[in-house]
Amino acid sequence: MEIDLTNNTPVLLSRIGRPESHTLSDYRADGGYEGLARVLRDMKPEDLIQLIKDSSLRGRGGAGFPTGLKWSFLPKDHPGPIYFCLNADESEPGTFNNRILMEEDPHQVIEGLILACYATRSVTAYYYMRYEYPRAWERLLKALDECYSAGILGKSVLGSGFCLDIFPHRGAAAYICGEETGLIESLEGKRAWPRIKPPFPAVEGVFRKPTVVNNVETVACVKQIVDRGVDWFKSLGVPADPKNPRDPGSYGPKLYCLSGHVERPGCYEAPLGITVHQLVDHFGGGVWKNRHAKAAIPGGISMGLLKADEFDCPLDFAGPGRYGCLGLGTAAVVVMDETVSMVDFLHNSARFFAHESCGQCTPCREGTAWALRMLERIRAGRGRLKDLDLLLEIGDTIGIMPGTTICGLADGAAWPLKNAIRKFRSEFEEYMQRTNPSGYQQTDAVPALSSLSHGGH
Amino acid sequence: MPSTEKKSNSTPVLNNEMRDEIRKYFARYPTRQAVTLPALHVVNKYLRHVPLQAVVEIAELLELSPAQVQDTLSFYGFFPQQAPHGEVRAWVCRSISCALRGGEEVLAHMCAKAKIQPGETTANGKLTLEFGECLGACELAPCMLAGDQLVGHLTAESSEEFLASCGALGTS
Ligand SMILES: Cc1cc2nc3c(=O)[nH]c(=O)nc-3n(C[C@H](O)[C@H](O)[C@H](O)COP(=O)(O)O)c2cc1C
Ligand code: SF4
Ligand code: FES
Repeated sequence: MEIDLTNNTPVLLSRIGRPESHTLSDYRADGGYEGLARVLRDMKPEDLIQLIKDSSLRGRGGAGFPTGLKWSFLPKDHPGPIYFCLNADESEPGTFNNRILMEEDPHQVIEGLILACYATRSVTAYYYMRYEYPRAWERLLKALDECYSAGILGKSVLGSGFCLDIFPHRGAAAYICGEETGLIESLEGKRAWPRIKPPFPAVEGVFRKPTVVNNVETVACVKQIVDRGVDWFKSLGVPADPKNPRDPGSYGPKLYCLSGHVERPGCYEAPLGITVHQLVDHFGGGVWKNRHAKAAIPGGISMGLLKADEFDCPLDFAGPGRYGCLGLGTAAVVVMDETVSMVDFLHNSARFFAHESCGQCTPCREGTAWALRMLERIRAGRGRLKDLDLLLEIGDTIGIMPGTTICGLADGAAWPLKNAIRKFRSEFEEYMQRTNPSGYQQTDAVPALSSLSHGGH
Repeated sequence: MPSTEKKSNSTPVLNNEMRDEIRKYFARYPTRQAVTLPALHVVNKYLRHVPLQAVVEIAELLELSPAQVQDTLSFYGFFPQQAPHGEVRAWVCRSISCALRGGEEVLAHMCAKAKIQPGETTANGKLTLEFGECLGACELAPCMLAGDQLVGHLTAESSEEFLASCGALGTS
């Protein structure tokens, strides 16, 4: 079922595109920081946690975990400090919504972050931004300066007595720093090796203290819920499935990133649950060059693949899973037209994950590298049908879900393998028969083309 | 300034400006080790690489062993150690949204024109050209980050203009 878009008005993106949208004065002219002042005056931290719980807000960083619930896992009456880490490492291929928010409306993010810190009783927040966002970085530094000068940060936020510092921290070009415990290790000055959980960060996080990690868009939603209320938030999106008591629903607006082979790539705001068709046609102007779509990534490359005849998939937290994908992820849709070879797609995906695996777990380190070697060989015309089963074996056995790795990067590496080969198997087979007519049926061991060098991380 | 830091034997590569900039971070974190990444960025900003001697000196400042700093540094593959990167350091995206719109061809074209391989620096030291993974600007695909400048919708022509503008066209 399609979501009605006739009255769709951007909220998270409402200020974007104006020349001064990033300045404090412009933000305040739109009522910025008034919601924060009201909360500091009228609400206790636990009231704010309850408000966010009532809204059913789920994290926008990829896992969709209920935000209010995450906050309530913090130990009660902890002597402190409790730390907040804002996850602005955004590196999932296809994803750029955090960048738009941070470049164009940095104060919206900061107000949301302050509210989240107040709710969680954090007095120090680390704003962890990926290195490759120099413009967002510069605007963040400026916005923080503005906040300190205006008494919005520091010893007494807006005169309330609530003390908060936000420290910007810059990454160094590694995807794994977006995984929350990888981020924590990186922040501590170590290699970004994700931690085994439990303990969860809420119990023992950065500097061995209780820690909350949230995504940039998540805290922006917190600010909007404070301003507009729970009823507004829950008026958008897809309600919880009454038959599934564990489904928290998919409420609120979402920033969808659309790229690849569409006429108008961009970041678009719509209620959770629009279909891929709606995103591509209503917002993206359709597939480019009057071509047909062949496939799409539903939510960042980690989430796998949808075939063109699956574009009725609703982009809510439960939708992509029903189509065999890993989940909604970052809601970054990448469209591929009919000319794209799935061999090339899968090679690109495998190369990314082999490059970004932190190397800590053997199944992930070896599995991603082995998959890449095989795909290089297949692409070079030396593929054998047997390789597809070997690739699937990797896909089916690496990750948190099969229980063989520490973090979800491996699940993200696995899903494109599983979806591409299971949904497009005949294309891979035809490619092998065509490019390797004498050897495609071979089943004995073959050497890789060359040993891969792991230059970098 | 009185200092309790151990002095090492080689000539120091961290000047006072860098040291002061690094020390400014101390108050932000409950541990010195957390200043590792900020310190590496400071040194890389000034020297365009972080030689081993700098690692030793950062370790002294942060009261760590050089091995701890080197361990972190080597994880990222971001900080050159052998030689400085070029005056401009550019990353051309090779991830999926850019690849679908010709990103890999642009990178190959640029490397051919600058007569270097990805990861290398032109002989005149003007440009280091690297591949990057998704730069978070997929709506501008194919794109690159050149220093602090995000350049979108790259074509063979616009990428050559960029090479010419930084003096990296067929120099080596
Ligand atoms: C490999 C990997 C990379 C991730 N990268 C990011 C990221 O760049 N930004 C982000 O917010 N979450 C990322 N996540 C999800 C985080 O671990 C975490 O769930 C999220 O930051 C929590 O915030 P939220 O509840 O507000 O979504 C990543 C997860 C994995 C497994
Ligand atoms: S799953 Fe991969 S990326 Fe995650 S901790 Fe293990 S080796 Fe590192
Ligand atoms: S894929 Fe190139 S910027 Fe995202």
